[in-house]
Amino acid sequence: MATIICLSVMGVLILFLGILKKRTLLLPFILAGMLITLAIALMEWNSTGAYYHEMLVVDHLSVAFTAVLIVSTFLIFSFAGHYYRQVRRSLDDIYAIMIFALVGAVMMTAYGNLIMLFLGVETLSIALYVLAGSHKEAITSNEATLKYFLLGSFISGFLLFGIALIYGSAHSLNLREIALFIAPRANHLPPMFLAGLFLIIAGLAFKIAIFPFHFWAPDVYEGTPTLLTAFMATVVKTASIVALYRFFSHLFTGIHGVWEPTLMVLAILTILAGNLTGLYQSGLKRMLAYSSISHSGYMMLAVIAFSSQSANALLFYTISYSLATILAFAILMLVRETRGNDLFDSMNGMAKTNPLEAFCLTIAMLSLTGIPPLAGFMAKFILFATAIGNGLTGMVILAVAGSVISAVYYFKPVNAMYLKKGDGVRMDPEFSYKVHILVLTVLLVLTGILPFFLTGWL
Amino acid sequence: MLTPLLIILPLLFSLLLFALKKEKLIRQLALAAALIEFVLAVFALIQYTGYCRCLLLFDFPWLQIQGVSLKFGMDGISLLLVMLTTLLVPVIILSSFRHSYGKPSAFYGLILLMEMALVGVFTSFDGLIFYIFWELALIPAYFICAVWGGNDRIRITFKFFIYTFLGSLLMLVALIYLFYRTSLPHSFSFQALYTAVLTPAEQAWILLAFFLAFAIKIPIFPFHTWQPDTYTASPGPGTMLLAGIMLKMGIYGWIRLLIPLGGNALHSYGPFMIILAVTGIVYASLIAIRQEDMKRLVAYSSIAHVGLMAAGVFTLQTIAMEGAVIQMISHGINIVGLFIIIEYIQERLGTRKISDLGGLATKAPWLAIFFMIILLGSIALPLTNGFIGEFLLLLGLFEYNVVVASIAGVTVILGAVYMLWMFQRTMLGKTNERTEQMTDLTGTEMITLIPLIILIFWIGLFPGFFLNIALPDIEHIISLVK
Repeated sequence: MATIICLSVMGVLILFLGILKKRTLLLPFILAGMLITLAIALMEWNSTGAYYHEMLVVDHLSVAFTAVLIVSTFLIFSFAGHYYRQVRRSLDDIYAIMIFALVGAVMMTAYGNLIMLFLGVETLSIALYVLAGSHKEAITSNEATLKYFLLGSFISGFLLFGIALIYGSAHSLNLREIALFIAPRANHLPPMFLAGLFLIIAGLAFKIAIFPFHFWAPDVYEGTPTLLTAFMATVVKTASIVALYRFFSHLFTGIHGVWEPTLMVLAILTILAGNLTGLYQSGLKRMLAYSSISHSGYMMLAVIAFSSQSANALLFYTISYSLATILAFAILMLVRETRGNDLFDSMNGMAKTNPLEAFCLTIAMLSLTGIPPLAGFMAKFILFATAIGNGLTGMVILAVAGSVISAVYYFKPVNAMYLKKGDGVRMDPEFSYKVHILVLTVLLVLTGILPFFLTGWL
Repeated sequence: MLTPLLIILPLLFSLLLFALKKEKLIRQLALAAALIEFVLAVFALIQYTGYCRCLLLFDFPWLQIQGVSLKFGMDGISLLLVMLTTLLVPVIILSSFRHSYGKPSAFYGLILLMEMALVGVFTSFDGLIFYIFWELALIPAYFICAVWGGNDRIRITFKFFIYTFLGSLLMLVALIYLFYRTSLPHSFSFQALYTAVLTPAEQAWILLAFFLAFAIKIPIFPFHTWQPDTYTASPGPGTMLLAGIMLKMGIYGWIRLLIPLGGNALHSYGPFMIILAVTGIVYASLIAIRQEDMKRLVAYSSIAHVGLMAAGVFTLQTIAMEGAVIQMISHGINIVGLFIIIEYIQERLGTRKISDLGGLATKAPWLAIFFMIILLGSIALPLTNGFIGEFLLLLGLFEYNVVVASIAGVTVILGAVYMLWMFQRTMLGKTNERTEQMTDLTGTEMITLIPLIILIFWIGLFPGFFLNIALPDIEHIISLVK
């Protein structure tokens, strides 16, 4: 609760700083503010409770994922200085909208009432429509925002309609009360309720980019400014999958069998569709888009497994996925900027011109593939262990097949950088950028070899 | 503490090497690191055989929530393979000194990283840690082969990578599945996994997963298609690491995990696996005869040799398993020796095509003598190391089934055919224009090969020492099946 207030105040202050034309103060203020918010968020760990008639529920789940969201945003902001260094105008609007999007994301992890879920989703989405189109001069950015807005607002209707149908049958929007409504009717739920349930699944699946609601992702990712794509791929995905997890774990303990088959099919199709389409990409950014789709499928496994370990697995998975993805996008920014495009061919020989960047991107790719001892491996291990422990061995075997396919495209940039000769120019980023990517790389390794710090919290 | 030290030391040196620039310093440091590692391993051997036969166990809870602990130790089988690894790595590093590899810091750093992963695989006593090192070994191997390899290296090494990655992930699924079948609290330690309770159907699936994971790595027919290409395209030291040590991971995995866990399923599916292995022996031997490239010929001979080891392991006879362990050591020594000789010839003459060579013995008598000794070891002549292993393996197979043993026995004859024919066509006969320029071994090169020669005769003449180290542990593993 305090986190949401704190972040909202921060967003407003950023706008004021913009009016006062304190451009150089912006980023230091945001980064410091994020750290303070993180501290405030973590302090809520021991003071859990519900606010405003259970509109918002602060529990361990919400605190932990709020922390993940804030840290991800912090890491993305740490590259903002590099990304926007040639932009002359003040950027307070973009930064403030990012913070407001984060507020929406935090609300999605802590809702206790379906209205709050919808508000969170909309706060996040409307901010994102603006962000996707924030590079006004570029036609691709305009295309991205239009596509995202048309599809997104359409699917928001689904979500709202689903919520209305659930309200119609359960006469409440409060998660706890809805759970009380279904408990005695587990075997004969009214059709209206089921329709509402599946519409809500569809609405959230769009945000997470789950098959068959994933088609927007590659195009929108491609056109959105890279820094904000990183935001979409990590913060938005984490928030939406947590929202889905919260929805099911709080509500539907009794009727596991109703939604499980649906989600199973969706998860498997997401993993396979993401990975198989990823094979045919020739550019890093689109490839990362498909990689993010397939990772949504893996995260779904944790939701489906539906055990006490699920939240843990999801926490570890989102952390390691976010770290690796932000790192990959950070290097993608540099490649796009210096080489003009992000095709794998234009990354040829990067190991020679930019050994540090090549190494960091390799670690990110290996982590996303799931090679030990990196964070991505531990995440997959904990996730698979959770899934197999709950009898999902067949799904895990399919997920593993997806992993093997994904190795093929994750190694494309690595092969280009290390094994092919190229004549690209040397990229020369500033010192702070190098420190940032190195810190992220070290974090990826450390999370992998010291996983016990991040497990067992939930 | 000795066992974790054996793993950490190469890692530290490898990180150090990555930071250095001077080629000469890097080489010397890499060699020094490998030798220190070897001395440590000898120290462990003395401790083990001298007074305690204890496990040298190190145990540290790592990821308790998932029952994983950093458990390292060595029993006889591990110890022999660690000795093999730590002996071969300095030899391989020394043999690479003639050739100047670009980016030496990365090259030698990766070799040491690989050594770390290999030692880790052989000393892990926890299923997940075993898996982590198993997978970790793949990364340096991939980069060594793909960066410094020959023609078409990217496609070939990538095929190798994907193939083995698929196999290992199957193993991961099987391990996690077993984990939930162990008694509470669930644990990944080998001891706990051995006692996992499985239904016959589950046992068959687990057996299949482990069989595939290890069969791809070894490789066993028909999963061998990556192997000849990869061995041929890799740089010399890369091939030696793959053929000499890495494929032993597969056989080791079978002995350590598949045999104790397979249970009754082994009795029903074992014969099928033996048939696959024996088919591979005959198939690879026949192909080897027709090879023109020396490296490719040795690659196919390797498929034949490991096929015999695999067949021996599945007979579940103590004697055959004993043979397989000894043969792992002998095969590692012999095949690295052969690849070193081929590397020396190629560096001097720029070719390893058999038809381009001939009459090398007149120009390089020492090279021919060393080549002959290693070759005889490899075709299992009595008094050499190869004989001990193959004899025990065939004896075990014979007790198991006479027909299978007779077919497998053909490899000894076929092995002699292709190996000796290669020797005849390259070393004997008349010299041609190209081979006129051949020079004999230098002092360093002799020093590189001498440890291998000593071991060929040591194991051949006094195998008891090596056999006794592993015997109780092999008996223990076989007792787990029943």
